[in-house]
Amino acid sequence: MKLRSWFLLPAWLWLVVLFAAPFAIVLAYSFLTRGVYGGIEMPWTAESYGRLFDPLYLEILLRSFAIALAATALCLVLAFPAALFIARAPRHKNLYLQLVMLPFWTSFLVRTYAWLFLLRDTGLVNTVLQALGIIHAPLPLLYNDGAVLLGLVYGYLPFMVLPIYATLERLDPTLVEAASDLGARPLAALFRVIVPLTKPGIVAGSVLVFIPCLGAYLTPDLLGGGRTVLVGNLVQNQFTTGRDWPFGSTVSILLMFAVTLIVWALLRRQEDPLV
Amino acid sequence: MKRWLALYAVAFFAFLHLPLLTLAVFSFNSSRFTVWEHFSLTWYGAIFRDPELLEGTWNSIVIALVATVLSTIIGTLCAYGLWKRGSRVLAGSLYLSLVTPEIVTGISLLALFQWAFRWLHWQLGLFSVILAHVAFSIAYVVIVISARLRTVSPTLEEAAMDLGATEWQAFWHVTLPALVPGIIAAALLALTVSFDDYVITSMVAGVDSQTLPMVIYAMARRGASPVINAISALVTVFFGVLIVVSEWVRAA
Repeated sequence: MKLRSWFLLPAWLWLVVLFAAPFAIVLAYSFLTRGVYGGIEMPWTAESYGRLFDPLYLEILLRSFAIALAATALCLVLAFPAALFIARAPRHKNLYLQLVMLPFWTSFLVRTYAWLFLLRDTGLVNTVLQALGIIHAPLPLLYNDGAVLLGLVYGYLPFMVLPIYATLERLDPTLVEAASDLGARPLAALFRVIVPLTKPGIVAGSVLVFIPCLGAYLTPDLLGGGRTVLVGNLVQNQFTTGRDWPFGSTVSILLMFAVTLIVWALLRRQEDPLV
Repeated sequence: MKRWLALYAVAFFAFLHLPLLTLAVFSFNSSRFTVWEHFSLTWYGAIFRDPELLEGTWNSIVIALVATVLSTIIGTLCAYGLWKRGSRVLAGSLYLSLVTPEIVTGISLLALFQWAFRWLHWQLGLFSVILAHVAFSIAYVVIVISARLRTVSPTLEEAAMDLGATEWQAFWHVTLPALVPGIIAAALLALTVSFDDYVITSMVAGVDSQTLPMVIYAMARRGASPVINAISALVTVFFGVLIVVSEWVRAA
């Protein structure tokens, strides 16, 4: 055997045992019957797939999609000017990039908890507003869709900044100069020249934000307080308290299918998929 | 427009960093309420009196170290093999594993372990958590090392082999030394993703393998507490030191 084959052996082992096999088991479970005490039983059935069309679950699926979409849009709007600022900064570019990357290296859990700390009834925001006499009773800032959206945007913002910055950095500055020489005002140059040329970065960033938001579990659980059930929580529920492994598996398969489809559809035309 | 952009950048970085900073500041507050009283290290002391936090931290360190060593070795070998000649199936699976929602990875590994361990008479525990962490961190390692390999010229190995080196010697003496900074960066990344993971870990952990994020999570679910602020600040500083080290390695 050649050296290369030996070197790839552990990775193939990983692929078969820890990647393909678990997926195959989940796929099989999705076609089985729910066991009385959890787990699975015979016979084979497609019943779980039918349950996806239950209005209760359809609503969860649609809401997850909508929240992920909203988080992606917000990230884009917030990240683009920041990326533009870093790309145009005459110096300290690396420092700014480090500042964007820093949260990525800190614990995601800790960063989510920070918002729990800020937004709860006795949290900093409510305490300050009450001390200033602006409000007299604490605002219900936590445990709603807005808090979940905020947590997701905060969590995945760096993923949007970096690819957009990377494409902006490679942008030919003479194109922008040409636009202004031809009479385009700064905003017109921005929306008709810079933004269209940054599309690869925008697409890559949107995929990097949308995908984890779609399957988010931690943020809706901590900041939504169980009231905002998203598809990630639905899966977790079915495997723990719900004790319906076949249905949990079905939702997982659906989620995987959606993620693969999105990645394939959006990134197949880009040469360097994730910039 | 330039001034507006700079102004916006200030607000943007404030949004990104102020939440963690205030979190850290209030970890030094003597009061358990969000009103500043005076400086105190009470909550840091409380960490060391909490056996759950200490055990979770210990478990997290053991798991992260073992998983990092394993995934760095497997990932480095894999990246090198793919650099020699690509494999669409393997590379595609690695990318797919990166975009798989964590909760899906978690439940599918749980399903695998439940199924396999029944035959083997094993139980969920440190071992299953380590296996799960290796499973999800390999792809990160491969990506970092592959990026590094793109800067290495294959002609160097060819030259070595023309001069009589075996395939192994060419790898060991020529390519591997050039990869060392990449390997260290990859290992640090694997260490952080392993140390930080909650979602996958919580699905495959047994009663004796509660990790630090699991303990923090359980505390946070019960409501905010200054002890979480303190441990969060410590975790953040720990990750901060890791970045400084990795930057220092990258520059060297």
